Amino acid sequence: MFLRRLLTRIATTLVTLLGVAVIVFAVIRIVPGDPVAMMLPPGATEADIARLNAFYGLDKSIPEQFFIWLGGVVQGDFGTSITTRQPVLGLVLSRLPATLELSIMALVIAVALGGLVALTGTRLRYTRTEGALDVANGMALSVPDFLWGLVLILLFGVLWPVFTISGRVSPQLVPEFATSFFLFESVVRLRFDLWLDLVQHMLMPALALAIPLAAIIGQLLKQSLKETMHLDYVTLARTKGYSENHVILREALRNAVLPTLTLIGVQFTFLIGGTVIIERLFSYEGLGNMAIDAVINRDLPLIQGIVLLFALLFTLVNLAVDLLYAVLNPRLRHA
Amino acid sequence: MKLSRRSLLKMSAATVTLSVALPAFAQAIDELVIAYNVNLPSWDPTVGPSAVNPTIQGLYQSVFDQFILQQPDLTPAPGLLTDWGWNEDRTQVWMDVREGVKWHDGSDFSAEDVAWSLARAADPATGNPIQFVWGTLANHRVEGNRVIADVAQFDPTIFKWMYFLTGYVLPKAYYERVGAEGFEAAPIGTGPYKVEQYERNAFVRLRANADYWNGVPEFETVTIRFVTDAASRVAEVESGRSHVTLEIPYEEYDRLRDRSGLAGVAAPVSDIAMIFFNDIDVMLDENVRRAAVHAVDKQLIIDRLLSGYGVAISTLETPEYAAFDPTIEVAYDPDLARELLAASGYSTDNPVRFTIQTTRGFKPKDYEMIQAIVGMWRRVGIEAEIEVYEVARHYELRAADQLAPAAFYNWGNSVGDPTTSTGFAMFGPSPHSVWDSPDLIEMIGPLWAEPDEATRIQGWKDVSRYIAEHAYVLPLLQYVQPILHASGVTVVPHASGALLPHLMTRA
Repeated sequence: MFLRRLLTRIATTLVTLLGVAVIVFAVIRIVPGDPVAMMLPPGATEADIARLNAFYGLDKSIPEQFFIWLGGVVQGDFGTSITTRQPVLGLVLSRLPATLELSIMALVIAVALGGLVALTGTRLRYTRTEGALDVANGMALSVPDFLWGLVLILLFGVLWPVFTISGRVSPQLVPEFATSFFLFESVVRLRFDLWLDLVQHMLMPALALAIPLAAIIGQLLKQSLKETMHLDYVTLARTKGYSENHVILREALRNAVLPTLTLIGVQFTFLIGGTVIIERLFSYEGLGNMAIDAVINRDLPLIQGIVLLFALLFTLVNLAVDLLYAVLNPRLRHA
Repeated sequence: MKLSRRSLLKMSAATVTLSVALPAFAQAIDELVIAYNVNLPSWDPTVGPSAVNPTIQGLYQSVFDQFILQQPDLTPAPGLLTDWGWNEDRTQVWMDVREGVKWHDGSDFSAEDVAWSLARAADPATGNPIQFVWGTLANHRVEGNRVIADVAQFDPTIFKWMYFLTGYVLPKAYYERVGAEGFEAAPIGTGPYKVEQYERNAFVRLRANADYWNGVPEFETVTIRFVTDAASRVAEVESGRSHVTLEIPYEEYDRLRDRSGLAGVAAPVSDIAMIFFNDIDVMLDENVRRAAVHAVDKQLIIDRLLSGYGVAISTLETPEYAAFDPTIEVAYDPDLARELLAASGYSTDNPVRFTIQTTRGFKPKDYEMIQAIVGMWRRVGIEAEIEVYEVARHYELRAADQLAPAAFYNWGNSVGDPTTSTGFAMFGPSPHSVWDSPDLIEMIGPLWAEPDEATRIQGWKDVSRYIAEHAYVLPLLQYVQPILHASGVTVVPHASGALLPHLMTRA
């Protein structure tokens, strides 16, 4: 049963990716902005335009271009970037780890902050502290991540410059690692100086991404917890003489966390999307930063590669959340 | 590496201490850090969009030399070519090559490199966007220390292109050995700095070229960080993490330049703001065009919107350009504008209507400038509707000659020749011109191949005067580039807008 569901999801994922590929390919060719027109200086003639169009394979019809590209993708060739003249797949994969590490760090911070807010709010429910937390939560939620980024830059980059506000790692410390998962690999290699430097660079962008998500998690988890606290089995635990902390953490949390888990899955995909602006703001060398450059330069093959990879990430995260939800929820597990 | 809890705590404390240390501008500058406003997508300065991106040229010129050196005031000077010219009947060009120059890998630079670079640029297969210029030379050959090429089509500006876009000398033997990918991974040039480390979208670390033929740069190490967001660049310099930055809002520049430890330099660059008129609809009426030109108070726009950072212009030639003529002046005269419109039956009660296209945020205050201009026009009897588009859309529409009757644009011409400003912008057959009237085509046509330099330049001045008299375009202003820097460094601005670390010294 489980295997069948998994196979169905994988098949759905493939169809989704194909749909994304078709839409992205068509849309970026329909919207205004011809990469060759942007590249040519004013003195160019029609013949020069035709020559460069042919050079970049843009002289063929859109369906023809699509099938050439799709044929390459199936064989692992995503084309060559117009601006960098490098293979798209290599470019995208070299930047993906940076974005993943940033997103995961943001998620960890969001879960920690949101969880703390929810647990504290539940423990101190119907007190002034809960009211204060609700106000803070509302503020965190009403400000978008890029504005949090600007606030953090001003606070911790200019007024009290304790954190680095641009880049991923100090130029003097760039490692020659086997992978681009610098944060992970620095721990494995016991390079804690590098690890600290990486964290120092990532903390501000990760926090900017995390704050709105933390507010959402805090709000939903607290609501779920408060509802769960009225259920019979929780009352039974209280009558057994367990402390309030025990009741919340050991009895109520496990059931209350399920809706939050689904939300985290959905929100994580939005969080990855949010990296596009945040990476730009903090000059973080991830996929999002590269995506903006690709759009500005109308680097069609690179835009296609990045969007397809983002789509793959989104579908994989959703798949993982569904599977995790099934594992944690006994009703689904035994369905 | 052994790590105890105590050592980890020590390390953390040290990191925090270093982080809160005094801003860099308060200390002697050892390693120069520049917060640059664009990313560097590719190291080949002759191919792809980055090859024609004016802002990136400063990065390229740190590593590679151009055929001919361009000085900060845009004038040429001997570079890798020490002398150059045409033969008597202009069927050949000759170029003498500097001796004793080394590539960054220690190998000798030679005339072969120059000939190969020129031939490569002229080869359509390489995808050089300026191939149509380099293709005017053919049959490149080396005779001793001299490179000779046949003139396939006479272009009086060919040597000017040798210090303009894609006019770089690349290493023949090295490139052929490592290929395009190898060159991207480890580029070498003959320029003032060697590439020590490069992280795409993050930074490039440069090391001074101890063998540089034009003097070793003062800063041994320079890190150029790609900080594309203007607010982040301001924060970089304000916090002392970077020593130099550019392209920041004028308000921020004014706020910070007098702050202790910081300084600024703001000089005109070769970029201008202009409004194209398309030869369609109401723009075919000369009274409307002239009224639109005379109704705009350019100085007011500069003072109010650009904090005074700009130079009002009456033609597409700025004072640094070869064909600048200070006697051509188009005055702000709203009364004359009203009279001209009245002659065509328009007034504030019966305004002439058309669309003006503009970008928003592509250049400083572009949309705000157009808003102000539309307000000025309204007062004399012109009702213009603003349409915002992306710059990519502008290029596309301009190439298809489908721009609105008026369209804002900024034109860069770091070589300072009239062909690459007035010429390409106003010559009808060019796919990038907007005004296509036959009178102008007839006037400009002979200048493309005029061999006598004085006649050629005078010809372009006459064209500029003719354009101003008939209001075929609305030149607005020359941009001023603000560079904010630590007071410990002296920055020499380059009129091309390129920020060149080898021109920076300790103050």
